[in-house]
Amino acid sequence: MDALMQFVFSGLTVGAVYALVALGFTIIYNASDVVNFAQGEFVMLGGMITVFAFDAGLPLPLAAILAIVATAAIGVALNKFAIEPARGAPVVSLIIITIGASILIRGATQVLFDKQLHRLPAFSGDDPIHLLGATLLPQSLWVIGGAIAIFIALWLFFTRTLLGKAVLATANNRLAAQLVGINTGFVMTLSFALSAAIGALAGVLVTPITLVSYDVGVGLALKGFAAAMLGGMGNPKGALVGGLLLGLFEALTAGYISSQYKEAVAFVVILAVLFVMPQGLFGQKTTERV
Amino acid sequence: MKVTNTALATLMVLGTVTGAAADIKLGASLSASGPAAFLGDPEAKTLYMLVDDLNAKGGINGEKIELVIYDDGGDPNKARTFATRLVEDDEVVAIIGGSTTGTTMSILSVAEDEGIPFISLAGAIQIIDPVREYVFKTPHTDRMACEKIFTDMQNNGITNIGMISGTGGFGASMEAQCVEVAGNYGVEILVQETYSRQDADMTPQLTKIKSTEGVEAVLNPGFGQGPAIVTRNYAQLGIDLPLYQSHGVASDGFIELAGKEAAEGVRLPGTALLIADIMEEGDPQKEVVIAYKAAYEEEYGEAVSTFGGYAHDAFRLMTDAMTRAGSSDPSAIRDALEATSGLVGTTGTYTFSPNDHLGLDLSAFRMLEIRDGKWTSID
Repeated sequence: MDALMQFVFSGLTVGAVYALVALGFTIIYNASDVVNFAQGEFVMLGGMITVFAFDAGLPLPLAAILAIVATAAIGVALNKFAIEPARGAPVVSLIIITIGASILIRGATQVLFDKQLHRLPAFSGDDPIHLLGATLLPQSLWVIGGAIAIFIALWLFFTRTLLGKAVLATANNRLAAQLVGINTGFVMTLSFALSAAIGALAGVLVTPITLVSYDVGVGLALKGFAAAMLGGMGNPKGALVGGLLLGLFEALTAGYISSQYKEAVAFVVILAVLFVMPQGLFGQKTTERV
Repeated sequence: MKVTNTALATLMVLGTVTGAAADIKLGASLSASGPAAFLGDPEAKTLYMLVDDLNAKGGINGEKIELVIYDDGGDPNKARTFATRLVEDDEVVAIIGGSTTGTTMSILSVAEDEGIPFISLAGAIQIIDPVREYVFKTPHTDRMACEKIFTDMQNNGITNIGMISGTGGFGASMEAQCVEVAGNYGVEILVQETYSRQDADMTPQLTKIKSTEGVEAVLNPGFGQGPAIVTRNYAQLGIDLPLYQSHGVASDGFIELAGKEAAEGVRLPGTALLIADIMEEGDPQKEVVIAYKAAYEEEYGEAVSTFGGYAHDAFRLMTDAMTRAGSSDPSAIRDALEATSGLVGTTGTYTFSPNDHLGLDLSAFRMLEIRDGKWTSID
């Protein structure tokens, strides 16, 4: 029982990290149908910029805000200089552009900063919390709480605000959205800024646990993408549940079967789900083109 | 400084800086970027620094050294291409490099075919066992790390252990070596777990080890972020058993990443470089280690690492051999290398022979323990 709780805590911590990355995917996907593979790089940038600003003497909250704003600006730049000029290109081409952007960001980061691993101090100390016979680090609560808070904010944004609905409308049919007076260019810029900011915030939250270096983005993007696919691409609820489930699969496999099969089992489960439900657990048919 | 070096290296690669005074060409292929950058980056910096220093002092027998460095990014295919280019286009007389075992294996086949002396900076025992005519290496093997650790366990009466290893090349190779030699030290491995390179939480694996009956200590071969996270999770779970890490984490960065409290009591085999400040007077390595550490830290403003030390030793071995060979003929350099005797480096004291191209024994490895966020020697 104690062991089970430990596996669950571990799974939720790791799963929340995946969920945060998956939530970032959601927004850009919703606005443009593009899976932005530079999402992992946004997370990395959030962590790296915060680490260097913090080391330079800024207080942690200020360093975090600086990182989030700077990353959002990079997100906007990515849209302006790479995605927008390629407007009208097939979605696959746009996805390849984001892969290129991720390689560029990674390269620039290792030149601008360095190639070492870094960490941030945990926000509320390192003393483990003992709960139900298992232990949990306070930082895990920050990550899980962060994932839930961003999920709620996004859910409200997409369902309760005009702007959020404009994003969905743009995804659904750009021309129709323009015809009803939606500034689709602005919607795209906004989604890139928002997605990058969420990625960066995720980076700030997870760096005390996972550490950060210029090349962590690829792995995170892959797991976040898997989580998003599992939950249903483009759905905040799907991103959250998909991420947490993926984390739990991994932890339970490592705990009860063998850590050798951890990754494999998680992906087998995802494939199995996608065979039965190609839309993912919460996939919405409403985002299909008409 | 870094920018100048990079620019200089680029120019050298383009062949625009031939340097009339540069008479001896030394080649290197290192993983200065990519997943093994934390190995290759300090290694490249060390070589640049030492070449500048040597040339400023008049070079070898009055001849300057010209360094040609390529960045193979940890890719064995690129390493092979660069090794070939070093030999055929740049016409180097010797090669240093191969930050990882994979890239080393690529370079060594070129060096063997072309008859160019080659000193590797990678760990695996296969590089020098069996002995190859032109291939030498500076770091201890992973098997020696296992032996050093098991010796310490034996001294502490530990016989049953659990292992948690990284699945990367280094972790997997060392895991296999440890399993192979454990029996010689009366150590039994009761449980074996693994983690992959970017795992964020190892508590499930550690919980399994913790609940395995009879485990008296835990051994973690691996490098990168994994061992730091293992160490933190170990403290989080309150596991009250000795934790042994490998020499793959032997740098001050590890203590910082793992956190001072969590790292308390962690033991690992490391080189003298880590304990330069507390080495005893009269230790033969003290002077060399302190000189290198001071020069590197002044030049680059970052902490020196064991890996840069491997490059330092390789460069010293190579230039020492060139000096004694008295010519820049590759086979003369090779013969001089093999005759190296008692050369003091940061990693240990090297004495090569026709059937030993590593030239170090276990005494060069120091058993270290982290106390109050600092390295201490427990030999």
